[in-house]
Amino acid sequence: MKLPAALSPRRILFGSHRPTARVALVSLGLTCLCLIWIYPFLWMISTSLKSTGEIFAGTGLVPQEIVWENYSRAWVEANMGRYFFNTLFVTLGSVVIVTFCTATMGYVLGRYRFPGRNILFLGFVATVFMPQGFTIIPIFELLSALGLSSNLIGLTIATSGHAMVIFVLLFAGYFSQLPDELEEAARVEGVSFFRIFWYVMLPLARPIVVTVVIMQVLHAWNDFLLPLVITLANPAIRTLSVGIYAFKGEQFIDWSGMAAAATISIIPIVVLFILLQRYFVNGLAGAVKG
Amino acid sequence: MRRRTFIHRYRHQYLMLLPGLVLGGMFVFYPIVAAVFFAMQDWSGFNADKVFVGFANFTRLMSDPFFWAAFSRSLVFLLGTVPIQMILGLVLAVILNDRLLKLSNLFRTFIFLPVVTPVAVIGIVWTFMLSPFNGPINGFLLDIGLIARPVDFLGSSDTVMPSVIGVYVWKWLGITVIYWLAALQTVPSDVYEAARLDNCKGARLIWYVILPIVAPFAVMILLISAVAALNVFPLIMSMTNGGPFFASEVMEIFVYRKAFATGDGSIPELGYAAAAGVFFGLVVLALTLLQAVIARRTRRGQTA
Repeated sequence: MKLPAALSPRRILFGSHRPTARVALVSLGLTCLCLIWIYPFLWMISTSLKSTGEIFAGTGLVPQEIVWENYSRAWVEANMGRYFFNTLFVTLGSVVIVTFCTATMGYVLGRYRFPGRNILFLGFVATVFMPQGFTIIPIFELLSALGLSSNLIGLTIATSGHAMVIFVLLFAGYFSQLPDELEEAARVEGVSFFRIFWYVMLPLARPIVVTVVIMQVLHAWNDFLLPLVITLANPAIRTLSVGIYAFKGEQFIDWSGMAAAATISIIPIVVLFILLQRYFVNGLAGAVKG
Repeated sequence: MRRRTFIHRYRHQYLMLLPGLVLGGMFVFYPIVAAVFFAMQDWSGFNADKVFVGFANFTRLMSDPFFWAAFSRSLVFLLGTVPIQMILGLVLAVILNDRLLKLSNLFRTFIFLPVVTPVAVIGIVWTFMLSPFNGPINGFLLDIGLIARPVDFLGSSDTVMPSVIGVYVWKWLGITVIYWLAALQTVPSDVYEAARLDNCKGARLIWYVILPIVAPFAVMILLISAVAALNVFPLIMSMTNGGPFFASEVMEIFVYRKAFATGDGSIPELGYAAAAGVFFGLVVLALTLLQAVIARRTRRGQTA
């Protein structure tokens, strides 16, 4: 059987270019690398669908009999449903807080000279690369003192706080490059300071908003040390990461349940990534170029 | 009177700074000042009786073998991960940047997949992958006859650090590739054209043509990767808890163990933990400054 030219494997692999030996070789090498790269994910999904007996029998990747029950067990017994909601709450909440606080701050720092500006800038630059372990104890103490150490609000605010510096610098850099004319024109029309920011400047900063939102989503969904410390006292507010970690301690034998829980916790972020791939890549690239 | 007019003049700006200042004050500036303060206390964290001890915690650190072991392990981790990430990342980025490669996007997605996966999940999945009891890695190595009996990768102090380093590189290589790709986009296409005419390719192309152009980005990427590697806490915590017998205890695990975990039955020592954190923070700050100086030199060298 002959495939139509457009569907031939050669076309799909190399497009309309002539497949040189080099491109073919490189593609082959990369395919091998990628298979190794995603093997842990394939293994995880396959394990999440196997029965415990089959895992230890050591058969291949394809489960002989699909056991959906692993998922319900992870969702109900390991509280993944609850942790899922917590993570979503913290992620969305912190994205809103972080974007608002860093955009306003970056706007003022980037476009205006006022007393105290240089000190603020210096302070931020000096703290950009402070490791989390350095500040975790005071943050924990502060939240306890404010009575926020055992609820989701406290966790959300803290998650917003400790990654904001680089975002402020990104916004400041971007806003400082925008032309003054836009702002002046709006001011002549009698538009107020805050409205200029909201209706004129912020929409122009969309690329940075995208970068910040994506980096904060990644950060919040991945965060571990902070939620671990804050949820020590109150397991009900655990996030997915911490919940899975605790699951490991409690039921180490339950490989399939664990794999199901792990699969549940990566689905949203992976789907989000695949849908918004272009923005993810451009956003992260913006962080290096900015 | 002057003060009032001065605040009045910038009232919009200050008002707009306020939300960010509150957040930054609480979680960026205050913790740094407070950590230094805590580091000078003898304090378990349970009650209010803090005792000011000055630099006693720091002198104790200097003679604590566990602290130095953790400290040097952090450096080993740094030196074990960052160079591989930088070099492998650049090579992959150069390959993926090729317009002739039609599946480039798909490859990028696959390599980026571990980056978007929560660290704790990765730690747990790899714990199983590397398990001596029917873990797939051991199964594969046994099948091809490379090993005679299962290796307890995470349970033996000889193999735990290389294993953790390998998993870390797997997890974060994707982001390094993206950073390098961003840098490569600044290389004008006629540069490649000229290199092709001179028959310059492969490692020589990277070393003599691409690297000098992307050098300023390289310093930035190096910095981000280095500091990320020093923050390896979640991965090691979820894979080994710093074990076996402290063989994978890096700085942040040390701080955490002293401050919160009482696994060995001792009482928490928040003051002591804070001192370790402060000392470590200062070293990172010094590293950052050093790199900033080098970055400036590189940039100046380029314009000259």
